[in-house]
Amino acid sequence: MVSAHGARTGNSRTALDGAAGVVLDEVSLRIDGVSILSEVSAALPPGTVTGLLGPNGAGKSTLLRIIAGIDRADAGTVALDGAVVGQLRRREAARRIALLEQNLAPSVDLSVREVVLLGRIPHRSRLLGSFGGEDDLGVALAALAMVGAGDLVDRRWHTLSGGQQQRVQIARALAQRPSLLLLDEPTNHLDVSAQLSLLHQVRGLGLTSVLALHDLNLAAAYCDRIVLLQAGRLAAFGTPAEVLRPEIIRAVYGVDCDIVPHPRTGHPVIVFSGPDEPPRPNEGTP
Amino acid sequence: MPGTTHTRNSASAASDRLSVPADAASAPAGTAPAAKPAPPRPWAGRAAASAAPRPGRYLFWLVTAVLALLLGSAVAVTIGPADVSLTQVWGSVATHLGLPVLADGTPVPPLTDAIVWQLRMPRVLTAAMVGAGLALSGAVMQSVTRNPLADPYLLGLSSGASLGAVCVVILGVGFALPAAAFAGALIALFATLNIARVGGSITPGRAVLAGLAIAQLGSAGTSFIIFWSAKGDSYREILNWLLGSLAGSSWTSVLISSVALALVGTGILLAASRLDAFTFGDTNAASLGINVNATRWGFLVAVALLTGAMVAVSGAIGFVGLILPHLVRGLSGPGHRRLLPLVAVVGALFLVLADTLARTVFDPRELPVGIITAFIGVPVFILLIKRKRSAAWA
Repeated sequence: MVSAHGARTGNSRTALDGAAGVVLDEVSLRIDGVSILSEVSAALPPGTVTGLLGPNGAGKSTLLRIIAGIDRADAGTVALDGAVVGQLRRREAARRIALLEQNLAPSVDLSVREVVLLGRIPHRSRLLGSFGGEDDLGVALAALAMVGAGDLVDRRWHTLSGGQQQRVQIARALAQRPSLLLLDEPTNHLDVSAQLSLLHQVRGLGLTSVLALHDLNLAAAYCDRIVLLQAGRLAAFGTPAEVLRPEIIRAVYGVDCDIVPHPRTGHPVIVFSGPDEPPRPNEGTP
Repeated sequence: MPGTTHTRNSASAASDRLSVPADAASAPAGTAPAAKPAPPRPWAGRAAASAAPRPGRYLFWLVTAVLALLLGSAVAVTIGPADVSLTQVWGSVATHLGLPVLADGTPVPPLTDAIVWQLRMPRVLTAAMVGAGLALSGAVMQSVTRNPLADPYLLGLSSGASLGAVCVVILGVGFALPAAAFAGALIALFATLNIARVGGSITPGRAVLAGLAIAQLGSAGTSFIIFWSAKGDSYREILNWLLGSLAGSSWTSVLISSVALALVGTGILLAASRLDAFTFGDTNAASLGINVNATRWGFLVAVALLTGAMVAVSGAIGFVGLILPHLVRGLSGPGHRRLLPLVAVVGALFLVLADTLARTVFDPRELPVGIITAFIGVPVFILLIKRKRSAAWA
């Protein structure tokens, strides 16, 4: 039984206190009587990259917003390094957690430097305090360098390619100096090369990260763990090898596939079969 | 185990891709993260001075704008049918404020003193306050609605405020003027945003269309009430409320507009940096620790207050709030702690100059100042529409 096996240990209150990393404990949300998330539990160790998968409307973005403390769950808690996220003040949460949503604003007329400096807002003193001072700028430039975008610092935002914008946004998130990085479909609209290098870079950060992804193969290649949602419920949780199995993918996505090892790295590669292709040999008649 | 097939060569990955300019490369290698999240890392990277935004340039523009405002206001007081010199302006002001008069000591003639102190000073000061308030309102609205076309006039607030103000003037309860104008502005704001909202989101184009409808309704209502009450020169009265005029300025107008500007403006300036967080949208602002709904409504109510007070003393003057933020952003950069003070000062200067034109170009007849601001503002508005490239304007 793969389902939620990692979460049950972190389920009791005593285990939750002081646990490092992210602990989701039976997170549930209903809106207008419709269940959006129900009893999602998982424990994500510090420093790991977790892929959040599931069909459209499974609740991925909602779960990310709840983990970030932007939306509140009806029931259940999210804890980060032992602190319950829903009880943190907004600014405090913003100093620990950075969320990047899918929607980019292509028309924003700012320099890259100014975009990254936005990430320093939660660290500014409440009323006065320096804006874009030396310290903030140092953090911003370091964050840009971490995503390999240091040479973009003087460019205008709207002149960047999609991959560059995504990278600068991640630098903006890093300028918050979070201990948890949440990315909602960061590879949307990027070409293959930009997708791979972006995810490689996110892995290289060493931060606890949760990435909502559509591409199962990217998740298999770049994630330590997979949280698979289906209609707001946790369908499976575990390593990519545990979660990305033909029967689970068929149950959640309704498609046939084969899993083969990657010829170079050995991680699972999902090969999909279209509806008009013959069924797999091992699934033949009894 | 797929997790272990990836080596965590974070440090080398970062340096592989490091192609930063020389000033940023001074960030030590230690800024690359450790493999485990840990206490704050040594973010010791320092920017070279050349990479910093130039605070000197901003300060230069702010000081220049303040000096231009002082000089422009003083000169504006000297302009008019009766000749007044700058020295006499200073003499009159100094006498009334109990300051030492300049050495030459010739006393200002009583008639000149009355013209300066009772007629022109209140008018110039009111123009400055109203200009600052409207420009500030426009800048805040543009940021908080993420709509480059937002402005109290275009979104109907000014017309709503006019309607509210005219209602109490007709009823003869003049002391309630600012409150009624505020209520009118607030109702117009709610109406515009509710008409423009589709499924929780408001596009800039819909907001402008809804604002247009509300502005037309407010203007028609204002005209109707004045026409219906029909005492004296109703057409002139209608024009003054719909196009804006500073002709009726008194020290009471100065008091109303300056108190509103001081109270609301200070509040807005203190919270200015929160506006920066809205650049990439609501979720982004929330992710930066901003209480999005409370912040947005706080700012919008503040704008309605400010607009209401300004319209109560001057009628609905257009385009000040729309164009000045766009022009000033080029000088100040987009950070609101810099933008807002400068936009207020430049707005004050702009309206002082526009009002001086309004009362002198066709001397002795006066134009409503809104005609001047429209003549200047509309070409700029058209330029803005033509120049912008993005879908955000759709």
